[in-house]
Parts: sequence; C-alpha cells; structure tokens
Amino acid sequence: MVLLVATRKGAWLFHTDSARRSFRLDGPHFLGHIFNHIVLDPRDRRTLLAAAKTGHLGPTIFRSTDRGKTWKEAARPPAFARAADGKGRSVDHTFWLTPGHVSQPGVWFAGTSPQGLFRSEDGGSSWAPFSPINEDAQYREWMGTVQDGTPDGPKLHSIIIDPRDPNRMLFGMSGGGVHESTDGGASFAPLIDGLEVVEGFDRANATFHDPHCVRISPSNPNRLYQQNHCGIYRLDRPAREWVRIGRSMPKRVGDVGFPLVVHPRDADTAWVLPMDGGTVWPRTSPDGKPAVFVTRNAGASWQRQDAGLPEQHAWWTVKRQAMCADAGDPLGLYFGTTSGELWMSADEGRKWKCIARHLPEIYAVEAGELA
Amino acid sequence: MKVLIPSPLHSYTGGPRVEAEGESVAALLADLDRRYPGIRFRMVDEQDRIRRHMRVFVNGEQVLDLRHALERGDEVVIVQALSGG
Repeated sequence: MVLLVATRKGAWLFHTDSARRSFRLDGPHFLGHIFNHIVLDPRDRRTLLAAAKTGHLGPTIFRSTDRGKTWKEAARPPAFARAADGKGRSVDHTFWLTPGHVSQPGVWFAGTSPQGLFRSEDGGSSWAPFSPINEDAQYREWMGTVQDGTPDGPKLHSIIIDPRDPNRMLFGMSGGGVHESTDGGASFAPLIDGLEVVEGFDRANATFHDPHCVRISPSNPNRLYQQNHCGIYRLDRPAREWVRIGRSMPKRVGDVGFPLVVHPRDADTAWVLPMDGGTVWPRTSPDGKPAVFVTRNAGASWQRQDAGLPEQHAWWTVKRQAMCADAGDPLGLYFGTTSGELWMSADEGRKWKCIARHLPEIYAVEAGELA
Repeated sequence: MKVLIPSPLHSYTGGPRVEAEGESVAALLADLDRRYPGIRFRMVDEQDRIRRHMRVFVNGEQVLDLRHALERGDEVVIVQALSGG
C-alpha cells in the first residue's frame, strides 16, 4: 500500500504493508513544485499521475508507469481551446485527477482552475477539453469569474464516475454547484436542490453554490455525500433533493469543513473533519481542538473521534483532497494537515497517530494498492 | 542564436545556455519546444500569453509581443520574475 502525499513544495510517497505499522518514506519528488493531486490508477496499480506547477512556471502533469520510480511529463497537459481574440481562459493549475471507468483503461479525467473538465485517452499523456461545459455560455455564467472562486482560484473538482455505469458522471465546482451527466459527459445538469447558499443569495442559481467535496458511496453508488460551504449533505438518487445531515453535528463544532470520506463497504458510514467557518473563516480546527466525526447511520448522528489527536492549541485544518481511506479491514483512514503533518488510524478512526511531521503544507493524500 | 534559460527550466535543457533559431520570439519558442518538448507551455499559456512570472529580453530590452522579430546574433534572455516567497 502507498500513500501519495501532494504538498505545496513537492510530492512524497509513504510505503507500507497490510499491517500498516511502519511506513517507508520516498521523496521528495520534484522538490519545490506545487502538487495538487497525485493518484494511482487502480486499473493497473502501477501508473501514477501527478498534477503540478511551480510558483513561476505553467501547469503540467507528471506520469510514472513504474510506481513512482521514474517520471515523465505529459506530452499535452490540460489546456483550454485557443480563442481567436486571444482573450480565452488559460489553465492556472490542474486541481483534480480521476481515473476513468474500469471498462475504459487509459481514460482519465482532470478538473482545473479556473473551472475546466479535461479527458485523456492515453493514460494521462495527452489531454483535451471534454464535454461542452468548458465553453458553454450557461456553464461559463455558473463558473463566475476568478473573484467568485476560492482564494487560490475557482476549481472544478470531485469528478466522479459511477462504478456501475461509465455514462454517469458527476463533478463539483467551487463555485458553481454540483452537476450530473447520464450520457457520458455529452451533457450535464445541476444537482443543487436542497443545498443552502450564503444568506442573501439565490439558491436556485448554481453560481452561488460551493460544494467543497462530493463523494459517491462505492457500495451503493446511488448515494452521494457532500461537504459543502453551507453544511454536510446526503442525496440518495433518484431523489433530487439533498438532505442536510450536518444538522445533527454538535452545534459548537458546526458542519463546515472540506474533506469527506465514505466507507468503501458501508454506505451508511462516512467521516468529516470540521473546521472553523465562523466570522472571517479562520479555516482552523474549531477552538484549536481537531477532531474527526463519523456517522454510522447515514448522517442521523455523529460521533467525535479524537483519541490521539492534539487536545488543544492545534490550529491546523485539512483540505478537501487531504483525507482518504485505504481498502483494509478494519479500514485505515489518513489525513494530511495544512501544517505538514500526516495522521493515520488503523481502526476506522478510534485511535489516531502521527506518521510524519514537518512536511510542507499538505494539499492531497490518496491511498492505493501497488501491483 | 544564444538563449539564456532560467534555472526552473534547466530540467528541460540541462543547463543555462542553449542554441535555438527563429525569425520571431514565437518561432524561437517553437524551436525551443521542438528541441526540449514541453518547455514552451511552462512559459507561454494556451492563449499565447507569456505567463505572469516569465519575462523575455532581447538584447537587453523586454519583449511582450511574441511577434517581435529576431535577427541573427540577437541575444535572448528568458528569466523568471523576482516574486513570491
């Protein structure tokens, strides 16, 4: 098993075995590069894609086909179509990577900042704009401007492929809402009913929706969970109305945060890691006391899981891609912090231990089973 | 002609000083990309805009237009702006 840790200053790989007792550090890879996401292809279990840029250079994708031993740059990284008037958009960074359906080996999807959806058919070497949304007038309106997005740029994220059906896809935009396709990406439609927006804005307009992280339940792909700017939600398709399950979180903690993880074998079980979304949005753990919260009944109730985590004065938080699960039994959970710590639980969140400190700010953590 | 490459791009060129040809800055960058695949997109975006923190100087003068004509013997210096932390 390997943990793929993407940071503001490079990439690190943490290797372990099924016991998950010790980890072997491999890195840094590309020291100084900003990595937003590193993902293992679960179809061959040896190809890694990494979304990178630096503070000065344009964005690119690095690929490894030998489990991270060597890397090669993509021949054609994600880029918008060139506009005749020269006023078109340009990709600032690739933010999200998702492998395609198991029936489509070599297919990958990428989400960018500003919001764009891209597809590769050759294992991540050559990318092209995918689906009409990048240039669609309605979608461009929903995407808003750079000023409408997150502090380091508006993002397309949470690209989801239904494991039962490659024609069903979803993605989220911060801002711009959640969108679903049932025709393989030929068209998308908003899926925002029931979601709240910041007071004073029109919740019927996708522009004002900010899904932070959308996840599908692998064991029941009709079920979606979402950590939103305005709470935690669940949606059981074919219903269209999201239910705010974060209302059952402790009031003192609230239900604002970024990451959300769903148990791969139990659709009723999910984890969140709340942050302080009050006043000016400090984006720290509430009261400096970080905790994971788990629901085992699809959001009807939540239990705090903080054994082993700092009891106070820990002012970090966890970004939307920086929390994940492995496939073990019991399930292993992992998260990386904005302060460069990597934490794990080998028992589904009951106890936590820190497995690395002093890394750069962690942007993403993914677990994978190498061949 | 001689082209000076900034250190963040040495992973492509192997060093700071390279040779490339072109009758304009655009043609020169295209030639660099042929010799060192991928290098152009790190400097110029898909709308042919020089990226925010990159600068191109020809014979000591900053060039903002990729159509700027080049002549044999011109010295081209590509630098990254001093910015960030």
